[in-house]
Amino acid sequence: MNDQQQTLWDFMRQQSDKLATQTLEHIGLTFISLLLAVLVGLPLGILIARKRKLSGTVLGIAGILQTIPSIALLGFMIPLLGIGPKPAIVALLLYALLPIIRNTYTGITGVDAAVKEAATAMGMSQRQILFKVELPLAMPVILAGIRTATVITVGVATLASYIAAGGLGEFIFGGISLNNTNMILAGAIPAALLAIIFDFLLSRVQHLNTKKLKAVTIALPILIVVLSSFYLIPSAYGSKLTAGFTPEFMGRQDGNLGLRDKYGLKIHTIVISDAVMYKAAYEKQLDVISGYSTDGRLKAYNLVVLKDDKGIFPPYYAAPIVRDGALKQFPELEKTLNLLSGQINDTIMTELNYRTDYLHESPEKVAKDFLVSKNLWKPERGGNGGVVRIGSKIFGEQYILANMYSMLIKGYTDYGVSTKTGLGGTKICFDALTNNQIDFYPEYTGTGLLVILQADAKTVNALEGSKEKTYNYDKQEFEKRYNIAWLKPIGFNNAYALMMRQKQAADLGVKSITDLKKYLDKK
Amino acid sequence: MIKVEHLGKHFGRIKAVDDISFDVNEHENMVLLGTSGCGKTTTLKMLNRLIEPTHGKVFINNKNILEQQPEQLRRGIGYVLQNNGLFPHYTVGENIAIVPQLLKWDKKQIQHRVSELLEKLHLDKSYLSAYPNELSGGQQQRVGLARALVADPPVLLMDEPFGALDNVTKAKIHAEFKALDELKKKTIIMVTHDVQEAFELGDRICLMDAGKIVQQGAPTDLLFKAKNKFVREFLEEQRLQLEFKSVTLKDVEKEINGFQPDQSVWSVLEKLKADNDDPAEFEQLITSFYQFKKHQAHE
Repeated sequence: MNDQQQTLWDFMRQQSDKLATQTLEHIGLTFISLLLAVLVGLPLGILIARKRKLSGTVLGIAGILQTIPSIALLGFMIPLLGIGPKPAIVALLLYALLPIIRNTYTGITGVDAAVKEAATAMGMSQRQILFKVELPLAMPVILAGIRTATVITVGVATLASYIAAGGLGEFIFGGISLNNTNMILAGAIPAALLAIIFDFLLSRVQHLNTKKLKAVTIALPILIVVLSSFYLIPSAYGSKLTAGFTPEFMGRQDGNLGLRDKYGLKIHTIVISDAVMYKAAYEKQLDVISGYSTDGRLKAYNLVVLKDDKGIFPPYYAAPIVRDGALKQFPELEKTLNLLSGQINDTIMTELNYRTDYLHESPEKVAKDFLVSKNLWKPERGGNGGVVRIGSKIFGEQYILANMYSMLIKGYTDYGVSTKTGLGGTKICFDALTNNQIDFYPEYTGTGLLVILQADAKTVNALEGSKEKTYNYDKQEFEKRYNIAWLKPIGFNNAYALMMRQKQAADLGVKSITDLKKYLDKK
Repeated sequence: MIKVEHLGKHFGRIKAVDDISFDVNEHENMVLLGTSGCGKTTTLKMLNRLIEPTHGKVFINNKNILEQQPEQLRRGIGYVLQNNGLFPHYTVGENIAIVPQLLKWDKKQIQHRVSELLEKLHLDKSYLSAYPNELSGGQQQRVGLARALVADPPVLLMDEPFGALDNVTKAKIHAEFKALDELKKKTIIMVTHDVQEAFELGDRICLMDAGKIVQQGAPTDLLFKAKNKFVREFLEEQRLQLEFKSVTLKDVEKEINGFQPDQSVWSVLEKLKADNDDPAEFEQLITSFYQFKKHQAHE
């Protein structure tokens, strides 16, 4: 435990400038959204307190916005506002809206009717009543709303890194993808601390007495504006091209780290989720992205893979990895899973991915069509010899493979199948496997080597980027360390790759990563 | 001073105030008396346009209030509420200074006027920076009164001003109320459901029922010249006490050494009984009182 803490501390110290940047971005993002939410929510709350007939509609709409899952709301924003801070701020603002509108409304309507009548009877105008009586008396309730909104926003802002808006989510999601607990904690702990600190400070403000509250009411907006400006500090640099890399790619030796070490590539980089990365490249918001070589969207969006002329991306041959326990429990499993071995090459996999990712055919249909075409498909036997649990990561290719395996098991054996698809990143999938939550999932040799085994540079160099050597090393080490077996590779190599739009790459004369570096270094 | 003509307020089909007319003379204290829901508060609130009338006219100083800007109108009319309506986030000093602030008096003038009122209302200066919730009910009501009086408006509207107080505090405030010089030169319209209070404080009383005025007149008129059964029954329970309190020495044509002619028979009797040195005087006064009553009944 002590060792673990030490390493976390080391990690945070090592990455302190990145951590500071992300924290500032996070605070900035939170308070820009909050500021806008107050600017929109407060007048709306006042409006519906005046015209009560509107209150049902306005609160209803704000309530519905609140129930949209945050990741979906961010997704909705991309077609409207692209990627980056703009859609993130709008999404966060929409989340913060409900507590602010509702508390403003409740606060104002809750002001003692006798006090309001007295104010009117003394000859105060509507405006004077609002600013001298209603708002000051409603202020503790309104502040409670802002407090709730702040805590919500700090939390949801971690998701902003999915659409390249930065913040502490970069560490959290990078850490999940990279199986790096320290990295997750380096993002999660500051995020939690921010929420706790802001909540505490605002709770103090809320319980101030009337006199001090007046001063705070003036100071608070200024403070929010200052905190908002934090967001602008970090992103004040640029380069000719913009790269969008996934959080996982950012932290990997066979990713951004390797690009820097071996190619000396320096490019303005933003962190983005792979779900929107390809589209953003297609829409010219990004120029270079980190993709997978068999991804269907490569074809869909007319992207071209840059040649890895210095060989930093190791082979990523896919193969099912199975718990030894499951192999014993289901003796026919190994034989059945190996039916798929050698059947799918890169071209076929890209084609299959294209059908799901771009043509939006269901992974089930794509899987069945393929098995039928290879004469591997058999109708279900409907046996009851126990249930095999299949896992998959959260992208199309894994869904297709999971479906194929499911059909093969049902068709060739008497086992039942349950699927747990869409298990976040490598870490989540692998933890599910080692904790006996699933029996197998398709993994990639390179990921096994670098992410799970966390092989050092010497080991990686010794394997010389060879498919067989990497596979054998994985197989041997997984058995030794985790009692997990690698079955035969499926055939395709889904390696990391840098990609650009075909037309842009042709215009710039960029064919390999070295060409890209040369272009960036010009001038 | 105040002239109300055919004033009415309808809420849908319900006629809360149904075509009433009355006059209030300058420096007079007019009480609107009645049970809950008789329309007395609605009537009062139409006088400073907290409620807009459905029909009718109100003149204050010969000016139609419906033609004036409501905010301007209200700044010239003092208003006291039952639950005092003090601003909880303002200190006592700030509460009293609200109307002068609106009228943009200068700071010194406001300060001077506020401390003057505090003194007149027997409130300690240290309360100036206290918040309303730190005061007792009676003190809060006094601050409410000070707030209404601060800009020295000629007209004062009071909506059950002492309704929330206990009887002891109420009696004390009644006495102060009658003694306060500021109030002597005001035209006051007061709403109450408390018959005792109405007879004690009112120069004239409007007895209301179901949105209409049943009878208006001096307290003795209501007692001895009741217009109908409703008026008689309304006063029945406390009649004797009310009579003693409303009839003055002048009414019974008696002069007693050491008492003013406009003192009520009740207050004189109380004094005589307390001194207890002249039982004959006491008995004579009672006899004169009954003669007066008999006389009234024959008229």
